[in-house]
Amino acid sequence: MNGAQDLGGAHGFGPVRPEPNEPVFHADWEKRVFAMAMAMGFTGSWNLDGSRATRESLPPAQYLASSYYDIWLEALEAQILANGLATREEIATGRAAEPPKPVARVLTADILEPRFRVGFPSDREPEGPARFAIGETVVAKVMNPVGHTRLPRYVRGRRGVVEAIHGAFVFPDTNAYKRGENPAWLYTVAFTASELWGPEADPGGRVTIAAFEPYFDPA
Amino acid sequence: MTHDHHHHDHDHPHGSDLTPVEARVRALESLLVEKGYVQPAALDALVEMYETKVGPHLGARVVARAWTDPAYRDRLLEDATPTIAELGIGGRGGEHMVVVENTPEVHNMVVCTLCSCYPWPVLGLPPVWYKAPAYRARAVIDPRGVLTDFGVGLPETTRITVWDSTAETRFMVLPMRPAGTEGFSEEALAALVTRDAMIGTGLPLSPGAEIQP
Repeated sequence: MNGAQDLGGAHGFGPVRPEPNEPVFHADWEKRVFAMAMAMGFTGSWNLDGSRATRESLPPAQYLASSYYDIWLEALEAQILANGLATREEIATGRAAEPPKPVARVLTADILEPRFRVGFPSDREPEGPARFAIGETVVAKVMNPVGHTRLPRYVRGRRGVVEAIHGAFVFPDTNAYKRGENPAWLYTVAFTASELWGPEADPGGRVTIAAFEPYFDPA
Repeated sequence: MTHDHHHHDHDHPHGSDLTPVEARVRALESLLVEKGYVQPAALDALVEMYETKVGPHLGARVVARAWTDPAYRDRLLEDATPTIAELGIGGRGGEHMVVVENTPEVHNMVVCTLCSCYPWPVLGLPPVWYKAPAYRARAVIDPRGVLTDFGVGLPETTRITVWDSTAETRFMVLPMRPAGTEGFSEEALAALVTRDAMIGTGLPLSPGAEIQP
């Protein structure tokens, strides 16, 4: 969706402000939001693409005015509600009024490190051959889906070159809504800075994206 | 770390000592624990893992190994995930790693314009600036200006490639080994490798500068 999350190339946000000796978390509540989001994701009630889709669905003014973990908290509550794991009243009061909904898994402290050490790979068996070859010029589609997508606006309609083929991966545009993993070939596609930004762009600059086959047409 | 969040005081969920967001988070945790969806000990372990165990010191080990072992470097650039796993490093947020090498001709910089994708197993959780709009907006359109914000000036002849982390591939930069480090041990080299050097918004420290903050 063309939401506030799609920030590449936007102006007006000022300089980047690194924080010396930055802590991992800036408040205890951030720690709990991070951990709850991880643990609730582990229950299998939704997937990572769904979490991203929910976060970027915040109204743009709210998204841009919120801290990172504020956005996570908003999205976490929204996903709990949308998946029927709790009611609005229960979230408001912090007390259960109804029995829990069964979940696939519950994260326990003893399995955390081995399970996270393995990770949650999102590559899958391809359903057919790759359409594009390394070195081939492709054009990012002009598309404006109202739902989740991982094709940023700043490359749409631009010509790039396939630099790598990573295999078939879970397709976020459908997986976010539990409409299937639909494995799609994932490519690294490189764009020249001048193709993206015009003649004023940094000479010799390039931007690469990792993007799915359905996002491209042959040049 | 404090454990006062374990006082699930159902009668006073909005105690006057809590800010609104603190009260809201505490209420949510109480509810999720009562429902049996999450376990407080697992939440504690998650926080501890990412505060104390997983962080850029792990990526620095990978870089130092690549600087001292050419065969390792070659494998790392060819197929990063198993090569990083040789050092016992990997997992969530780094299931599909790609390592890109800086040279005198090309400097690499990593961003996620759409959210906050970042190679957790080698760098830990991302800093606030990496997740904030200023960096996400500007890294792709003005990377040289972003480097200036970090106090990094590259020769005009060095071209910049920006890697936008728009899928589940996660990128780490292999910076150039600093001059004057001939004969350094892997451990001494790793101490020169900063987090920002592995994102591409910084350069490794020079020998003798390790003790700087």
